[in-house]
Amino acid sequence: MIDVTRLTKTFWLPHRVDALVDVSLSIAAGEVVVVIGPSGSGKSTLLRCLNRLETADSGHVFIDGIDVLDPKTNINRVRAEVGMVFQSFNLFPHKSVLDNITLAQRVVRRRSRAEALQKAEALLAKVGIREKAGAYPDQLSGGQQQRVAIARALAMDPKVMLFDEPTSALDPEMIGEVLEVMKTLAREGMTMVCVTHEMGFAREVADRVVFMDAGAIVETGTPEHFFVNPEHERTKLFLSQILK
Amino acid sequence: MRSPSTPPILKRPTSYYVGAAAFFVALFGLLAALYVATMQVDYVWRWNRIPQYFVYRQKIETRVEADGEITAVAPRGDRRLLTLRSEEGEQILDVPAEGLRVAKGDSVYAGDVLAVEEHWRVGLLIQGLWLTIQVSIIATVLGVVIGLFAGIARVSKNPLFRWSALTYVEFIRGSPLLVQIFIWYFVLGTLFNSILAKQGFQQIPPLWYGVAAMATFAGAYVAEIVRAGIQSIHRGQNEAARSLGMSYPQAMIHVILPQAIRRILPPLAGEFISLIKDSSLLGIIAIRELTKATREIVTVSLQAFEMWFICALLYLILTFSLSM
Repeated sequence: MIDVTRLTKTFWLPHRVDALVDVSLSIAAGEVVVVIGPSGSGKSTLLRCLNRLETADSGHVFIDGIDVLDPKTNINRVRAEVGMVFQSFNLFPHKSVLDNITLAQRVVRRRSRAEALQKAEALLAKVGIREKAGAYPDQLSGGQQQRVAIARALAMDPKVMLFDEPTSALDPEMIGEVLEVMKTLAREGMTMVCVTHEMGFAREVADRVVFMDAGAIVETGTPEHFFVNPEHERTKLFLSQILK
Repeated sequence: MRSPSTPPILKRPTSYYVGAAAFFVALFGLLAALYVATMQVDYVWRWNRIPQYFVYRQKIETRVEADGEITAVAPRGDRRLLTLRSEEGEQILDVPAEGLRVAKGDSVYAGDVLAVEEHWRVGLLIQGLWLTIQVSIIATVLGVVIGLFAGIARVSKNPLFRWSALTYVEFIRGSPLLVQIFIWYFVLGTLFNSILAKQGFQQIPPLWYGVAAMATFAGAYVAEIVRAGIQSIHRGQNEAARSLGMSYPQAMIHVILPQAIRRILPPLAGEFISLIKDSSLLGIIAIRELTKATREIVTVSLQAFEMWFICALLYLILTFSLSM
């Protein structure tokens, strides 16, 4: 489904940071991969390189066999198939919840108004906020906004969902409702790549955990293996700090 | 608990009242000083002569052109048809009924007044004001259209668009408007009109070169306002739109611009106010807007002091109504 080979990315401003160093990763259809690591380890950059929100310096990303980094690739087509959920939600503040979810369906998928609305309402029911359809983003709590953002991404019928620290900007009591939606998605067989600090979620839902540090993948494995028997010292140290 | 229907009386410090009193003393002191100064130079204030430049009653006299006799007066609506018998034969004269000075049987001589008509007319000052408003509105509309495109081009990744917009903005903002008006009128205007004349077309009047100068001038400033508005929208908005598969223009039209325009409106209003004031330069290429009209009135009336204050006041009314 997703094939990443030898991906490299360096930021030069404000100072040199090797965000990705020779990263290779393969993700099968239906797999849920959780990427963890200390801040600045390159996990968000890796995620953003998958749909070319960030352009890698070298290496390859293939999604469903399509070379994402090839300039000749119509990136908009790829992105329509790859849903993304951001840490800061990034809902469109000038549009109602319903319009947030129907906009890309209408503009990109060219669905009729009725079809887009039907889809939006079904997804709002799925993420449990049907009653907020007419509200504007700033009238919603953080948890509700993030669930709308997930619905907005799902409305495109993506083959893959990318989550970039979806619960990091949330008040603690709202994290659960967002994770619940993500767990439902995982159970339904959605291919997911999640950058998160929620170890409980990783342990419960992930098929595979990827640990990154200093732009490189240090260790990957099943949650059982990863949390119980980590091989690398760096992983052990990180886990001991985060699970304290 | 319900809040009281009237706000509580605010207790202000004494310094507030002292300051307020000082303000009015200074204001009226300045006016008094101005008045005293004009007395020194024997300037006679004649405010009573000013209203005629806003509106006035125009007298139209109908005079007879030959000697003769009025032999008949026939009514037709609010006009009268006079029959004049003279050496050259009979002649029908159509004159207004109001202010009729002659009757049947009267002898008239060439140059006599047959009737006097009075009409309300709009004075030079109002004509100038109206032209200023028109020029400002047209230049504003064109300026916004130019500025919107230039502003979007300014944030484009394509050098063709970005450099073009940058060159345009820098040239316009880096040279005086007066010089730009001269270039539009004396350089571009001469070129256009000569070419049009060669092709046998009508000349474009100076007004349109003035409007073009104002519009391109405003456009450059609007472009910078638009650019700032677009760049003030959080990067995440663009990323969210693009991650959904929207193209750059789609993200711009549906996500970025609607949000940017809300932030653009207040500084845009400020830009229009500047435009109204800057239009006073157009008098230099024979466009009779408010300032030019005032200057003409000053030339004939010699009431310079009153007229320039009135002129400033009219601009103030225009700009103040926009800033509300």
